[in-house]
Amino acid sequence: MYSQAVLTALLAWPVVAAAIVLLVPERWAKHVALAASLVEFAISVPLWWTFRPAAGMQFVLDLPWIPAWGIRYTVAVDGISLFMVLLTTFLVPLSVLGSYAYITTRERGFYALMLALTSGMIGVFVSLDLFLFYVMWEVMLIPMYFIIGVWGGERRLYAAIKFFIYTFFGSLLMLVAILALVSLVGHQTGVYSFSYAYLTAHLGGLGPTAFWLFGAFFLAFAIKVPLFPFHTWLPDAHVEAPTAGSVLLAGVLLKMGTYGFLRFALPLFPTVALHPAIQTGIVALSLIGIVYGGLVAMVQPDFSTGALFFLAGMLYERRHSRLIDAFGGIAKVVPLLAAALTIVSLSSIGLPATNGFVGEFLVLLGAFRTYPRAAIVAAAGVIVAAMYLLPALQRVIYNPLDKPENEKLRDLSPREIAILVPLLACIVWIGVYPAPILRRMEPAAKNLVQSVRLDAATFTATR
Amino acid sequence: MNLDLTTTGDLARALLPELTLTTAGLLVLLVTAWRHTSARDLRIASWVTLAGLAAGGAAVWWLWWHTARSAGPPSMIAVDDFRFVTDALFLTAAGLTVLVSFDYLEREGLLVPEYYVLLLFATLGMMLMAGGEDLMVVFLGLELMSVSVYVLAGINRKSGAAAEAALKYFLLGAFASGFLLYGIALVYGATATTNLTQIAAQVRSLSLAQSPMLLIGLGLLLVGFGFKVAAVPFHMWAPDVYDGAPTPVTGYMATAVKAAAFAALVRVLLEGFGDVAAWRPIVWWLAVATMVVGNVIALAQRRVKRMLAYSSIAHAGYLLVAVAAGMGPGSAALLVYLLAYTLVTLAAFALLAAKGRDDEREVRIDDLAGLGHRRPWLALALAVCMLSLLGFPGTAGFIGKWYILVAATLMHQTVLAAILVLTSVVSAGYYLPVIMAMYMKPEPFDQAHAGVHIGRAAGLVVAACVVGLLVLGIRPNGLLDLARTSAIVVPAPTPAATATGR
Repeated sequence: MYSQAVLTALLAWPVVAAAIVLLVPERWAKHVALAASLVEFAISVPLWWTFRPAAGMQFVLDLPWIPAWGIRYTVAVDGISLFMVLLTTFLVPLSVLGSYAYITTRERGFYALMLALTSGMIGVFVSLDLFLFYVMWEVMLIPMYFIIGVWGGERRLYAAIKFFIYTFFGSLLMLVAILALVSLVGHQTGVYSFSYAYLTAHLGGLGPTAFWLFGAFFLAFAIKVPLFPFHTWLPDAHVEAPTAGSVLLAGVLLKMGTYGFLRFALPLFPTVALHPAIQTGIVALSLIGIVYGGLVAMVQPDFSTGALFFLAGMLYERRHSRLIDAFGGIAKVVPLLAAALTIVSLSSIGLPATNGFVGEFLVLLGAFRTYPRAAIVAAAGVIVAAMYLLPALQRVIYNPLDKPENEKLRDLSPREIAILVPLLACIVWIGVYPAPILRRMEPAAKNLVQSVRLDAATFTATR
Repeated sequence: MNLDLTTTGDLARALLPELTLTTAGLLVLLVTAWRHTSARDLRIASWVTLAGLAAGGAAVWWLWWHTARSAGPPSMIAVDDFRFVTDALFLTAAGLTVLVSFDYLEREGLLVPEYYVLLLFATLGMMLMAGGEDLMVVFLGLELMSVSVYVLAGINRKSGAAAEAALKYFLLGAFASGFLLYGIALVYGATATTNLTQIAAQVRSLSLAQSPMLLIGLGLLLVGFGFKVAAVPFHMWAPDVYDGAPTPVTGYMATAVKAAAFAALVRVLLEGFGDVAAWRPIVWWLAVATMVVGNVIALAQRRVKRMLAYSSIAHAGYLLVAVAAGMGPGSAALLVYLLAYTLVTLAAFALLAAKGRDDEREVRIDDLAGLGHRRPWLALALAVCMLSLLGFPGTAGFIGKWYILVAATLMHQTVLAAILVLTSVVSAGYYLPVIMAMYMKPEPFDQAHAGVHIGRAAGLVVAACVVGLLVLGIRPNGLLDLARTSAIVVPAPTPAATATGR
């Protein structure tokens, strides 16, 4: 019962809760929203223990939706999406808590949108039907658009519309690619289906079209990741979004690009993703490392980036400025905040014993086997990150306390501690003992690599 | 139920919806002849009109329920599900327009019950046009519709803009009718018939697919229809006319008139000229030009009514993609899109009518600032409309667009599909500012929206349309099945016929 209903419950509950939030009095809205998001988290927690790493897709619910078009309501999780779902349900209560002081107008609307956004994010990670996935991918845009546009900073209108149009552009091209893929496979097999399982099983003979279809998927995900040169919407969105929006943007929404690439672009178009010139044996070896490291990296820095955005928000709430120069020497006034900021910064530059290290290490390890030059460049990138983060940290926390406004700053309130402690705990836990996560993720990652390799092998053989 | 259209009884049955509507139109005409002065007379006329439309709808439903089909030689009127579904669409649009006009006419002091007579006759014209199996019937239906709508556009005699709109519409419309008629004449010259099935048979048996006379005739037909659906480059009249006409009439023109022209266009092209390849590239280019020009010019608009006018040109472009996709899926997609578009456009114009005064021409997008705070339900309805026009998932607009994309990719028109989605991205640039103004900008001054009033009937229409949009966006199964079974499917010619053709 639990195993079939849980994912649908995770999808439906936030929508119901959003409606409740809209109906309660304004001053209760945030408490109701917090309670609702904690319930959501509670629903999702048993997933961690009942998940069987070796079993592939599980918690499956598969119902017909629009049979005339071969569209089904199919939700399931495997080792990859499990973590994204848990990450989402973990971050949402913290984000709600983090908005308590920041959001002062139209609270009902804000918290209802946060909950609606939760539903959309979960939907992206659990959909195994391309139509359902596309719908969720788009639906998620609207709450985020409003969160940035209504509660954002000064240039919020510009940031909101830019965010919307960039993402909308990418996803519509993906829509055409999805349709073209389904109609190509349909022409060959006689069955028009949007099912992920069906499409990956009947991919043969896409021919040169595959290149264009892959390109469309790639563009959609690249905008979301975002990869250069499709990144310009991100700084605007981050600067203007309220703290909770930034946290979810960095922690969950940006991961969707990577997730979509691994879940859809790679398995659907293996022959394009792996250039046929590459010999299949090497492909198998190298990819395990890269994909695997990428997966761990995908889950991990979220905690640090999320925590960084929370801390930046807390600093802003105290001084109403985001400029580094507005601070300085605040370690004396707010020791707890300074300590938290230090730990999180170190984790985000990949210091051992924090989560950042594990992810970075695995990525570099995987990359080094195949692309040593790229790996060296990437490792240098880590140093650059340290070069900009550490001086910034120093200027905010440790320099002389030369601004009188900073002498009266409050240290962390109990509410803020309640936000940061779970995040810091996760950062250290993953840094010291990542095995439980890796164990659950490994079979899914191997599976993915295996299927990609097999498809590529068949392709090369038929050539 | 098989109807032999050579017998009078069966012909009357096949024409029952049209006969009902004619009777209703004459009845309202009689009523208004005696009672045409007060607001109460206006209400009587509108109730009789609604009853007439309902009776017409019942007749359509009766034919559809008995799966009426024509048996016997080719006739002048089609008896198929495509006709019944489009008829239902026109009747629905007309009924909703009557409800929206209910308060609007009184508010604007337009105490002219003839409004409803014209509405009934225009709807009758649409039904003949979309059901015409013969080019002459199509033309007569088109003229009946057009003449009624010319007058409707200028029904507000106190408004200079309305007079200009009506005159412009009349002059250019008459021009378009001329093209159409000349095209029919040339097609007749080439095939010696005006009946669509016989045209198709003649094209096959006489190998006329390359005949210059037929091709020129077909080209002129496309020009005529291009005017009626406001396809670029024949769209020049549309923004001014939509802008100048009373808002409910604009809604009616943008939905029912356009739907009728598209239904007739699809029927003529698929049934009469299915074997003539020449129209496909023409429609392809018309679709591309219409999508690009409509969307790009709409971006530059600051006033809501004009923006919606250009947006309706852009939607004509999307519908042309469905026409270009042709056959089964194309005409089914056309039906779904037309229904979604009709609901959303009628609701949008009804909401605009609630906001404005003096034909709402001066309402700028920025004038909606703060509406979300002041009138949350109205703003929510308008936001849903904008998202549906944008084709956002969860609304019927998305299902319609999705179906058109499916039809296009099935016919290997992937490039056309890609252009459609790219221009849709452009359209986000003018639909979103409406939402943005309502929710993200402060009210310009206190009580800026004090005058916003929506009548009970119009409110009902808006609520029904918005609920319909959302329900169809999530659960479109019934609609899709209906569209699929009602699509125009022309039976492939028998091998023997093809052989003699060669």
